[in-house]
Amino acid sequence: MATDTHSAVEAVWRIESPRLVARLARLVREVGLAEELAQDAMVAALEQWPRSGIPDNPGAWLMAVAKHRAIDHIRREERRDKKYAELQRTLAAPEVSFDAAPEEDFGDDMLRLIFTACHPVVPTNGRVALTLRLLGGLSTEEIARAFLVPEPTIAQRIVRAKRTLADAKIPFEVPERSQLAERLSSVLEVIYLIFNEGYSATSGKDWVRPGLCEDALRFGRILAALAPDEPEVHGLGALMEIQASRLRARVGASGEPILLLDQDRARWDHLLIQRGLAALQRAEDLGSFRGPYTLQAAIAACHARAGTPGETDWQQISSLYDELSAVSPSPVVELNRAVARAMAFGPEAGLELVDALLSEPSLANYHLLPSVRGDLLAKVGRNQEARDEFERAASLTQNDREKELLLSRVRQLSA
Amino acid sequence: MRCMVIVKGNQYSEEGTLPSQEILEKMGKYNEELVKAGVMLAGEGLQPSSKGARVRFNQGKTTVIDGPFSETKELIAGFWLLQVKTMEEAIEWVKRAPFDGPLPDGQEVEIEIRQVFETEDFGDLLSPELKEQEARIREQAERNR
Repeated sequence: MATDTHSAVEAVWRIESPRLVARLARLVREVGLAEELAQDAMVAALEQWPRSGIPDNPGAWLMAVAKHRAIDHIRREERRDKKYAELQRTLAAPEVSFDAAPEEDFGDDMLRLIFTACHPVVPTNGRVALTLRLLGGLSTEEIARAFLVPEPTIAQRIVRAKRTLADAKIPFEVPERSQLAERLSSVLEVIYLIFNEGYSATSGKDWVRPGLCEDALRFGRILAALAPDEPEVHGLGALMEIQASRLRARVGASGEPILLLDQDRARWDHLLIQRGLAALQRAEDLGSFRGPYTLQAAIAACHARAGTPGETDWQQISSLYDELSAVSPSPVVELNRAVARAMAFGPEAGLELVDALLSEPSLANYHLLPSVRGDLLAKVGRNQEARDEFERAASLTQNDREKELLLSRVRQLSA
Repeated sequence: MRCMVIVKGNQYSEEGTLPSQEILEKMGKYNEELVKAGVMLAGEGLQPSSKGARVRFNQGKTTVIDGPFSETKELIAGFWLLQVKTMEEAIEWVKRAPFDGPLPDGQEVEIEIRQVFETEDFGDLLSPELKEQEARIREQAERNR
């Protein structure tokens, strides 16, 4: 019975903690303190609820306890700092009641929490850990396990992140219009980082990791409900839903990664695809300009709509990559653009773009560049050069299975 | 993990009577909460069984039977598909749904929650090599603590 309640309390925590921390952070104006108060309330719940049962309104119960702790804390600090006296007055005010708060307050507080946790002044690692903790309610242990990193490392990242925010006196606010684009991009970056950590990790090794994709998807959905007028928010959501739709098809029986064009499409999750396409539609309905996430989602949607690899609309993908390379240029985008161009217009067209990348310093040790070039060279019959490229690619890759794949192409071309 | 939340039918759902404005509003708010929390994957109400049909399979032959169907309590009136971390989380969400029993005809209101099969549940997909690999990774993570 006691363990049942414990799991139930954890479930309540997962649901209530983000709102609780958000609300408290607005009251005490500090995210670190807010989180500690919320944790105190959780400890109290773990002590009392096994005996008294879970209350009908667990959120209100936790908030009441957290408020008491806040007042205690502030009384202790009062002598040191005048600001605490002011805070104490704010907290003691009768209108501060969890039940009575209007709905918009919750939304605003959650937005403040998301923007604060993802503030660019905090290093990326810290933002990621802090977001998983504050928005996801994950424990340090859970975060450590998800990233295969020792627990004290994560604990340190969180402590440092909170200290950075406090030292920089980052206000618990939603950024103003002029800052919004940059700050939003920081939030989207964190969420997508979490997603990718789970997504690429599933190519072979750790079955714990799909949980990270789920966390990122959930954060994306929360954000979409809070900021429904931001097209890139829906763009990122669409991209994640569609990529997640392939999770079950990406890994073979022995843990080997399966490339998109080789995947069994019956194993794609069509509910997620529909959700992704709907989110993409929302992004595109919000304005004619498509940002990088929306464009990547549109590319993913082209694959999602094709029942078989042969039905893929490569011309549209190629044109989307052209747009993406104008909006968010990078050598990797260029490489992908070359592949799409080749699929749409033939290997020579792709080779033109790939050859332009040969002098790109950041791709100098990237095995996919020679791998793509080798493939295109083979398609136009320049076998000797193709073989050389595959050999080079094989020497650059860290992944054993990938190396074997590349060496087998060398052998094929030598036959 | 995902859970399906199943709302069973009753006399009123079979009649096609819409719930009161008050209940519709509460349900709307509840659905909004599910969306805002990022747990709602899908949620729909099903029309009365008079608009439905059944296909019966028997030794290679199929027979179509039109609704309505009589075993009201066994019918499904609606469902949600939720994305949650644990069964307890699904339970906690369902506890917050705006249902209130008993119904006017005395029937209890019971909402069922079922877990969706996920890949990990299909044990044979984890080959011996992969299981060993997974064990090594976990062991390494343990040692790194």
